[in-house]
Amino acid sequence: MSRSSDEILVALAGQPNAGKSTLFNALTGARQHVANYPGITVEKKTGNYRFDGQKIEVVDLPGTYSLTSYTQEERVSRDFLLHEKPAVVVDVVDASNLERNLYLVFQLSEMGIPMALALNMMDVARQRGLRINIEQLSHEVGMPVVPTIGNKGVGIKDLQKAIDQISKDGSAPQTSLRLDYGKAIEPVLGRLEKSLSEDVILAARYPLRWLALKLMENDSEAHRLVSEHATNKEDILSNVARERELFQTEHEQTAEQAIAIRRYQIAGGIVERCVKREKKERRTLTDRIDQVVCDRVAGPIFLGGVLFLMYYLTMKIGGEHVAPWAWKYWSMLRDVIAGLLPAEGLIRSLLLNGIVDGVFAIMNYLPIFLILFLLIAILEDSGYMARVAFIMDRVLRAFGLHGQSTLPMILGGVVVGGCAIPGVMATRAMKDQKARMTTIMIVPLMNCMAKVPLYVLLVSIFFKEHQAVILWFMSLITLAVALIVASVLSLTVLKREESEPFILEMPPYHLPTITGVLRRAIERTWLFVKKVITIIVAVAIVVWVFITFPGLSKDRAAYCDDQVNKATETFMKKIGENNPYAELLAGPGLKEFGRYWDHYKKKKMGAKGKEAKEALKEKFSRENPEFFKIVNKGKGLDGEKDQYAKAAYAAYKKLDKKLKRLDTARRKEVVHVSFAGSFGRFLEPVSKLAGFDWKVNIALASSFAAKENLVATLGTIYSIGEEAGGTLADTMARDTAETWTPLHALALMLFVALFPPCIATLIMVRVETGSTKWMLFAAIYPIILGFIIAIMVFQGGQILGLTALQVMGFLSLFVFAILAATYLAGERSAMKKHRTVEI
Amino acid sequence: MTLDEMKPGNECRVAKVSMDGVAGQRLLDMGFIPGTVISVIRNAPLMDPIDIKVKGYMLALRRSEAKGVEITPL
Repeated sequence: MSRSSDEILVALAGQPNAGKSTLFNALTGARQHVANYPGITVEKKTGNYRFDGQKIEVVDLPGTYSLTSYTQEERVSRDFLLHEKPAVVVDVVDASNLERNLYLVFQLSEMGIPMALALNMMDVARQRGLRINIEQLSHEVGMPVVPTIGNKGVGIKDLQKAIDQISKDGSAPQTSLRLDYGKAIEPVLGRLEKSLSEDVILAARYPLRWLALKLMENDSEAHRLVSEHATNKEDILSNVARERELFQTEHEQTAEQAIAIRRYQIAGGIVERCVKREKKERRTLTDRIDQVVCDRVAGPIFLGGVLFLMYYLTMKIGGEHVAPWAWKYWSMLRDVIAGLLPAEGLIRSLLLNGIVDGVFAIMNYLPIFLILFLLIAILEDSGYMARVAFIMDRVLRAFGLHGQSTLPMILGGVVVGGCAIPGVMATRAMKDQKARMTTIMIVPLMNCMAKVPLYVLLVSIFFKEHQAVILWFMSLITLAVALIVASVLSLTVLKREESEPFILEMPPYHLPTITGVLRRAIERTWLFVKKVITIIVAVAIVVWVFITFPGLSKDRAAYCDDQVNKATETFMKKIGENNPYAELLAGPGLKEFGRYWDHYKKKKMGAKGKEAKEALKEKFSRENPEFFKIVNKGKGLDGEKDQYAKAAYAAYKKLDKKLKRLDTARRKEVVHVSFAGSFGRFLEPVSKLAGFDWKVNIALASSFAAKENLVATLGTIYSIGEEAGGTLADTMARDTAETWTPLHALALMLFVALFPPCIATLIMVRVETGSTKWMLFAAIYPIILGFIIAIMVFQGGQILGLTALQVMGFLSLFVFAILAATYLAGERSAMKKHRTVEI
Repeated sequence: MTLDEMKPGNECRVAKVSMDGVAGQRLLDMGFIPGTVISVIRNAPLMDPIDIKVKGYMLALRRSEAKGVEITPL
């Protein structure tokens, strides 16, 4: 980390749910920077502010209950304090939960850095009738204590003043707190500290009393520090082992137990002396809400409601209303960019069709993500997330997942129509690393909204009578497969990942603040945009090259151009030279009219009701009255008829059809001769096993950039062109009638369901796992899995002569039998997992 | 008796944490200190995890973890 010497570094520590982020925001305002700690996925937030002209750099450490070396968060916090040596540590303490929070205060103070306490959430404490004697507390813990209310900005100035004061006093020991561990432990600590002090390197680098304590606690990182840096490490470590053993036999408890007990005893004493309870403890609002929300019957129903509401707001409202609305502006922006690019040629095609369209295809989802991230932030800040985990944990843990996997899976699309990107991003809240990795790996198997168009297309062709059944089958079978995969992964490749015990605080409910929620949602959306855009550009170029080159031969290209020219000539001839509109439609005017025509047709299809139609006509007439007369079949807005315009309408309608047909034919040919085409044919001998021909192979390959491409590419290949939605299925049905059976369709749907995540998702997998290896794994295993299932379905069905529905039945039985077996096996191993030892 | 055997609505006192490793340490960190009063509030809809109140705050833990806390019922 680079910082100039005149900056003062301050670390913000604290237990989860103490309002640390809110206080961090209040301290630093908008000047923040979010990154990850190197090599791991723990978020590192930094921000700064000025006080008296002095720049203060604040690092927000991850929220932890303790400072052991068992979790990534705790190790990160410790390493930061040990190696970055901040000038001041501010511990954010929940005033309404002082005893447990003091437990961390003590541990921080042992690291030997000047400290201040921010006694946060004073309003909540007061509400509960707790009266805290600040002066007394400050005296007892030997450091300044500043009462704050983070979400109202109360006490921030005082806190800044305290930080300034401490940093100015320089190296003078600010923290006079020294915990007395009592008769049993102190002598041992003294002996250890003395033997450690004989080692020059250790003594120079680390606070020795802290190191002695950690060694007695059997802390693995402390062991590592000693064995890495100490010259007489064998002596020290064997000495520690002896002392620990001695202690255990003498006191019938481990040293770490004795140390924790002592810390809590001292904390309890301080609370007793500093906190007065003015009201008797009553049932809080949180208790009353929980009585409903965590109830055996009402709880799951409420959870279902919340999840449905999220799904509805993002996918229905966001996907069907906000995204199309925003798309208007995206496409305006796209048109502006298109206007800036060279008018014709390959460069334009690359920039526009490759990069710009690739980026905009993803940007289309941006409003949905923003809504989603807003809702998640609300859920997180409110405290409900912990209840979701509480309700769902029993079901999910049997598959190596966690109660907290619920939300990522829902976002990924358990109910058909999610998106894996926010799903993967939502795993960030999970602390259990093993369950988190497992969740990241299976979220892409859910049915994201980009997979749905293919299902709908194929179902409407091949399973007309059973549409709903098939869609249900798809969501259930993918969920079942995902759970089985989760179980297998967590027992095999993810076996060594760190697992956390499920000991989850259920924080009191809070009303989320608007700024807090907005800030978090925008932060996450921005992270997504930044990451995805850069890489999507590269991938878009590759995909574009693959489906564009080597391109048509000169002869074929000339032939295609000639066809277009001929059609245009025929059109001009048909409307005749004496038609007053002829001049308007000649040359570039024709192109302009073409755009106007397409635009009008599109709008007209979307306009519902008489009023909307009239308004639309008026708008287009205002834009260009001549063009309007033509597209309106010869009638002006005033109803006046114009023979010439009507003739032009009839002729253009024919031309339009002809041009679109030619365009589609050309594109189809380009794809056919492209690298992608060759690739598709090359794979055909293998993919045939699952019933996929080369055309399907191309479509599948192109869907890697974004799943939306799947239907679009199939459309191009199957000469569907740009005709209206109804005919899309018809054309494909006609085209595939001879070669395709419902079995083909079923195999393809299953393969797509399990197909590798799109590139944007993979990028997020890379971000959230912090590992390219896992990203590649997430890309490759679904291909193998999907292909095996597709072959099973296709070959099994063909050999046994079963119908697609029968195959579905058998597959369901098979998969759900495995699922049940996995569940039972998982339950049994979960029971055995935690070793209980008698001491 | 261990904490996982308690019925909701009852209170008990921690005798000791009999689990070692990360789970044991986490229980100690969260305040499962001998003498601490725990009230068992409810079971999750599928009976596991359980929701308890300890040192004035609410905590959910799986039965497999609760098994590591020896208690005496009050």
